Amino acid sequence: MRLPKSRGPLSAWVRNAVTHPDPVDPLPPITTAPGSSLDDDDLQLALWMLYELHYRGFDGARDDSEWDHHLLRARREMEVVLERDLRQICREQVPTAEPERIVEQIEALIAQSPDSGLAEFIEEHADRAQVAEYLRLRSIYHLKESDPQTFALPRLTGRAKVALAELQYDEYGAGRPEMLHQDLFRAALRGSGLSDEYGAYIDELDAPTLASNNVMSLFALHRRLRGASMGHLAVFEATSSLPCRRISRGITRVGLPPEVSAYYDEHVEADAAHEQVALRDICGELVAAEPSLADDVLLGAQVCLLVDGHAASQLVQRWRSRRTSTLPGPTPEPRLWAVTR
Amino acid sequence: MGGHPVSAHGDQVRTTKCPGGPLLVRGAEAWEDKDGEVHPVTRPVVAVCRCRRSELLPWCDGSHKLPKGG
Repeated sequence: MRLPKSRGPLSAWVRNAVTHPDPVDPLPPITTAPGSSLDDDDLQLALWMLYELHYRGFDGARDDSEWDHHLLRARREMEVVLERDLRQICREQVPTAEPERIVEQIEALIAQSPDSGLAEFIEEHADRAQVAEYLRLRSIYHLKESDPQTFALPRLTGRAKVALAELQYDEYGAGRPEMLHQDLFRAALRGSGLSDEYGAYIDELDAPTLASNNVMSLFALHRRLRGASMGHLAVFEATSSLPCRRISRGITRVGLPPEVSAYYDEHVEADAAHEQVALRDICGELVAAEPSLADDVLLGAQVCLLVDGHAASQLVQRWRSRRTSTLPGPTPEPRLWAVTR
Repeated sequence: MGGHPVSAHGDQVRTTKCPGGPLLVRGAEAWEDKDGEVHPVTRPVVAVCRCRRSELLPWCDGSHKLPKGG
């Protein structure tokens, strides 16, 4: 993919550093205020670019930039800021883990999390342009869907590893190339008249959507955070089936062709199974084998709810304010509920 | 729920009841519902609806989480 446009000193530094051989100038100071990293465009884009070096990379970037120590050091500095914020923001909502009740504890976090209203808005109100905007924003993740969690696979053992491999196999088409979820989304983009090129819409992503991508890479690329990676996965899967059904209906309502709704229909069915696998066979078995990971499993679960919920509610609020700026009448009360897709 | 897994190697089939949720089925080639209709299995693990509220029967679609009567 092409390099994103820079949004400030950090992303400009990364752009320069991945294309030029060292020595590079030192990373500019990170000035993100505590608690605000999820909304920091420049920080989130810079970190996203550094993570992308581990996936498909960039046209024109040095091939060896993935393991360049300057870039790894910069990534670490940004990750420290992000992880500090995530732990701080989640501290109040996450109870002390009880390893033998970890599945129930994750389910309780989901049940108490507010819903952003995004899926309902798409089902009932979104126009075709808003559906297309949603697809463009989600394309950055869905075109590498499930790839972050694959990085976590070698960090697991035994039953949890078997279950994650089973889930990933299904995400990657279960032996059927035509069912590779990443390619189902490419078909959805084409069916919507959008580009199916990897990373095509990166410059449109807002900070919260970039953050929702970054937390998956943060958790999966650090063995230390494997518990958080799997807790995040469990919530991601467990908050998918019902919203995907609503989104599919909205896509059909605005007149987009069946290959667009097919992606979401596939996820209604697949994620109903993945939810159980991720909760019980991955998180349950991981914590049974390594009880000390239970707190991080809950952290990852709550991060998914908060970060994806934040990105979703920002989008709904943008849409509602655009509607009300052109339409007379009372402003609809924004409902804060979490939806991950 | 009703129905049963179909497999030429029945001893390979493993089922798990999820509390308040579906039945997970691994190793089946198909699921035969209570009316005798056979639904092929195309995934390594499938979730069979146990609450009868799914719109994708015999498969689970998460509807067990919706408020009853909703």
